[in-house]
Amino acid sequence: MSRIAATFSRLQVSGTTALIPFMTAGHPHPDHTVALMHGMVAAGANLLELGVPFSDPMADGPVIQRANELALEFHVTLDDVLSMVQQFRQQDATTPVILMGYLNPIEVMGYERFAAAAAAAGVDGVITVDLPPEEGVPLLDALQPYAIDTIYLIAPTTNPARIAKIAAVASGFIYYVSMKGITGAGGLDFAAVEAAITGLRQQTTLPLGVGFGIKSGTTAAAMAAFADAVVVGSALVEKLMQGWESSATEESLLALAQSFIRELRAAMDGQL
Amino acid sequence: MSDNAVNFHQLPDAAGHFGPYGGLFVAETLMGALEELNQAYQHYLKDPLFLAELDNDLHHYVGRPSPLYYAERWSHELGGAKIYLKREDLNHTGAHKVNNTIGQALLAKRLGKRRIIAETGAGQHGVATATVAARLGFECVIYMGAEDIERQKSNVYRMRLLGAQVVAVQSGSKTLKDALNEAMRDWVTNIDTTFYIIGTVAGPHPYPAMVRDFQAVIGREARQQIVAQTGKLPDALVACVGGGSNAMGLFYPFLEDREVAIYGVEAAGDGLESGRHAAPLCAGRPGVLHGNRTYLMEDDHGQIIATHSISAGLDYPGVGPEHAWLKDCGRANYVAITDNEALAAFHHLTRTEGIIPALESSHALAYTHQLAARMPPETSVIVNLSGRGDKDIHTVANIEGITV
Repeated sequence: MSRIAATFSRLQVSGTTALIPFMTAGHPHPDHTVALMHGMVAAGANLLELGVPFSDPMADGPVIQRANELALEFHVTLDDVLSMVQQFRQQDATTPVILMGYLNPIEVMGYERFAAAAAAAGVDGVITVDLPPEEGVPLLDALQPYAIDTIYLIAPTTNPARIAKIAAVASGFIYYVSMKGITGAGGLDFAAVEAAITGLRQQTTLPLGVGFGIKSGTTAAAMAAFADAVVVGSALVEKLMQGWESSATEESLLALAQSFIRELRAAMDGQL
Repeated sequence: MSDNAVNFHQLPDAAGHFGPYGGLFVAETLMGALEELNQAYQHYLKDPLFLAELDNDLHHYVGRPSPLYYAERWSHELGGAKIYLKREDLNHTGAHKVNNTIGQALLAKRLGKRRIIAETGAGQHGVATATVAARLGFECVIYMGAEDIERQKSNVYRMRLLGAQVVAVQSGSKTLKDALNEAMRDWVTNIDTTFYIIGTVAGPHPYPAMVRDFQAVIGREARQQIVAQTGKLPDALVACVGGGSNAMGLFYPFLEDREVAIYGVEAAGDGLESGRHAAPLCAGRPGVLHGNRTYLMEDDHGQIIATHSISAGLDYPGVGPEHAWLKDCGRANYVAITDNEALAAFHHLTRTEGIIPALESSHALAYTHQLAARMPPETSVIVNLSGRGDKDIHTVANIEGITV
């Protein structure tokens, strides 16, 4: 069983919703990404999503755009991100790591080389934002022999025929985009998301995660009531960005990240 | 690859592919809207009522057909081929861009979308979009890189006069590619109410094919006009290529006339060897950006790199996927012209023919100068004069240290 499947089945037994923090690899500084990954797991994160920096992140809001630009100032490459995962794996053999990014860095590396290198580093899943299933077969074929999951987004605008098409090729879990918009936007409609998740359960047995616009313990807890996983990205990245500006040390970054993860965890577990 | 096996008029395939290029590489939120747009485009481009309305607008509002003008003095001076200028600069709004915005706005009207967004580089596409939005009473938001806003102030004012909101894009390199990113973000957010008018033959399917089809009026007219004036097809076509819409519009109706040589002219900026240019076909390599696979200016890690051209309309790191395919097939040749060569051509046409060309079109003129001079006098060349140069006079004056 893959690390992602094993994690979700373990959480299901205990009735826990998975907490998936997202951060851009190399931001705010490449030296601290691995420590932050470990720190967030210790504070209650169940899976980790690592953004691969790209020069033109079209689906991202201002915060993650800026994080991409800052990481690229350190020339963080896809190879560097894979090295970070490899380093993380030396001390953590169980927490799933998912790469989220855009196709072009993978395209330039080559699908075969990427699949082999990602597997060797210990990557468990890949979300390629600008690769719909219609164009995704070659990458899927490259990743499958390595049992790396291909996680797809489903949006409020995805019609039933497309949901079926996506569910047929998705593995690991399905990532439901909570709103029409970019990462970090406002305007969540919880009832609409819940209805969509209920509908999706008729079409797939995969775990269902929800992301985009989840910024606090309150919003995370509301989503946790019906989702199998909650993804928190922009809010975390913004805290790291601001924290680094006031105190550029690993200790202060870790403290910030861990206190935010603990707050989200407690709210999701109904302890607040 | 031999191009004889390909019928260029049957591309793209149903999924938007031109050989390995093109396609549909966007976030899931946009897929539904692109499917809807593709159905509308497939339907209305065969609908006689739609086509009649489009033709009527192109004739009475845009002023088509645009003339095909024999540049006799310039041709004689070079002593080579007869040079014919396709006068897209004489269209309403001063460039070819309006051919496409009229068509897409009519589609928006039929889809019931009353909010229009667009990206713009030099501002010509923004002006052409704001123009049709004003005419139809639509809300209009134009995304433009902060750096481009600085170098194209008169077009920015023109868009505002037309009632458009011009949003300065501060992210990335603050030029056309970032304006496109920001327009995509707006579209994802306002997908139910908004029609995105892309200004070039790039982006996700069906945009490359749809924009080409709306611009192909250029080549259809030119083909009839050159035959009427010279009794035969031209020996060569020349057009500048940024995203490549004026070039695709001229080239497309000639693609199956294999005896007609085709030249697309990219911006070599400070020179291809300097690295400061915007010539992905001449000096880039394939990748995926802005919804399609095509040639890109990118580094070894797949990051898009900064481009440079004196002409804001050519300052883009990608190019339409059909051009990528025409290059690989060998059906079209792609060359590059530097800032200085384009400037020289700008002055030369102005003084020789009394026509001030856009800096974008000046790249095509500069290459035509080299090409026509080595062709015999009984041959002919059509060059697409895609836009007029009024918008560029401040740029040119600045370079020459003159305050206008």
